[in-house]
Amino acid sequence: MTWKEINKKIHDRFDKKIVKWFEHNEHRIYVDIDPADLVEFGRFLFEDLQARFIIASGVDTPRDGIEILYHFDFFQLPYVFSVRVFIEKPKLEVDSLVPYIKGAEWIEREISELLGIQFNNHPDMRHLILPDDWPEGKYPLRRDQ
Amino acid sequence: MSEIIPIGPYHPLQEEPEFFRLHVEGERVIKMDIEIGYNHRGIEKLAESKSWDQVVFLVERICGICSTSHPAASINAMEDLGGIEAPERAQYIRTIVCELERIHSHLLWLGLAGHFIGYNTVWMWVWKYREIICDILDKMTGNRQSYAMFKVGGVRRDILDEDIPWFLKMLDKFKPALDLFKGAVMDDPVIHARTKGVGVLTTEQAKKYCVVGPTARPSGVAIDVRKDDPYFAYEWLDWDMVVLQEGDVFAKVACRILEMYESMKILEQCFKKMKPGIVDLHVKELPPGEGIGRAEAPRGEVYHYVRSDGSNFPVRYKVRAPSYMNIFSNEVAVLGEQVADAALILAAVDPCYCCTERIIAIDHDTNEEKKLSSSDLLRLSHEKTIRVKKELGIS
Repeated sequence: MTWKEINKKIHDRFDKKIVKWFEHNEHRIYVDIDPADLVEFGRFLFEDLQARFIIASGVDTPRDGIEILYHFDFFQLPYVFSVRVFIEKPKLEVDSLVPYIKGAEWIEREISELLGIQFNNHPDMRHLILPDDWPEGKYPLRRDQ
Repeated sequence: MSEIIPIGPYHPLQEEPEFFRLHVEGERVIKMDIEIGYNHRGIEKLAESKSWDQVVFLVERICGICSTSHPAASINAMEDLGGIEAPERAQYIRTIVCELERIHSHLLWLGLAGHFIGYNTVWMWVWKYREIICDILDKMTGNRQSYAMFKVGGVRRDILDEDIPWFLKMLDKFKPALDLFKGAVMDDPVIHARTKGVGVLTTEQAKKYCVVGPTARPSGVAIDVRKDDPYFAYEWLDWDMVVLQEGDVFAKVACRILEMYESMKILEQCFKKMKPGIVDLHVKELPPGEGIGRAEAPRGEVYHYVRSDGSNFPVRYKVRAPSYMNIFSNEVAVLGEQVADAALILAAVDPCYCCTERIIAIDHDTNEEKKLSSSDLLRLSHEKTIRVKKELGIS
């Protein structure tokens, strides 16, 4: 599949759900969507468009919420496609991608313990890198702590 | 009767201390839990209090073996953020350092793989010839490891033209050694018996677990950042991506050996094509925004994401090392295999767990702990090699 075809398919299906489409340069695309559409969008990229899940980055912002960027690429194509969701405080919850993207299991555990996001439907929310006796409610990458 | 064999997490000999809990029935592994985090140093948080220049040094400390891969991804991310393109000569120098590192990292792994299966001659010989590569890096950068060569907009040191003939002479000296390893490893019936069909990761599983680098390519997944999203000088050079289909330990060994030949091709072309010129743009500041940098480390894609508010420090610095994706795939690769092969399979993704200090076997029925040393795990593997040799009629 060429980038043109991928681009068209994304727009055909999600045009109305894309809040913002930003191209930092030719190969780096950032797309903002509503957290409610995340699973449908992520699943579409991974299953229908055969994208590869690279990783997710959680970012605490001064805007009273946390951003998560899910980075994807399309095999053999020089693009990084980052899907951004903004999760408003205080209800820091979002649906997990793990039921469809196994490779996201560890990073969702990591974001959960470092930033305090609850991933709904995640099969295993144990600590990943913090010790088991880490105090509840303390999140190392949060700016308000 | 099912038992649990925890492996780890003490004494990392190389990079990452990990903890594997093998659930076994007799000799067969039926399930595996993996724990990481024993070496969490908070580098992402620390990066937020370092200046852009310092961050490159900081990320160089993430990994001791592929120490230049993280700086490579880091400067790619910062140059992506700032829309900066480094001078051509700097791109060649960066490529040379990356490829030399790939060779010495693959050699280090190959030596250890030999040690796991009881081929200590392979181990000693491979590490002997690895010194040639380390010597080249030493002369070129001033360090055998952690070269501190990269900076945003260029490199910190130029390669002296009068040194190039010596580098080429050393590479020539290394070539016969590479042929020797290829023959010793890829034509050996015992190594075939120990590694073929063992620890298979299928193409489907590789895609499902989103693995990268020499864990993905031997499973038929053709990904390599150097080809897919070329950076540095890779798009100006002629070389091939090594993709194999079997997905077993042998394919992972073969992939790394063949990749060293490609690295040699890249190195020779770089030395030949490199022209005199500036090597640094002296970038003073970076704008606000976001940047993504990728680099193909010896173990696979390194991924860095940075966010800047225009100040001298990153607001957020995200790092993803290749082993983060690769280690997780062990939970399927090791299923149904023998405990004697587990050491090799877990090591085949090159996380170097073998340095772990001890093994504890827990009997589910009696809840009794059996403590074994790491040499017991090696002994199990060595005994299997001896058995295989006997079966093949090799003394």
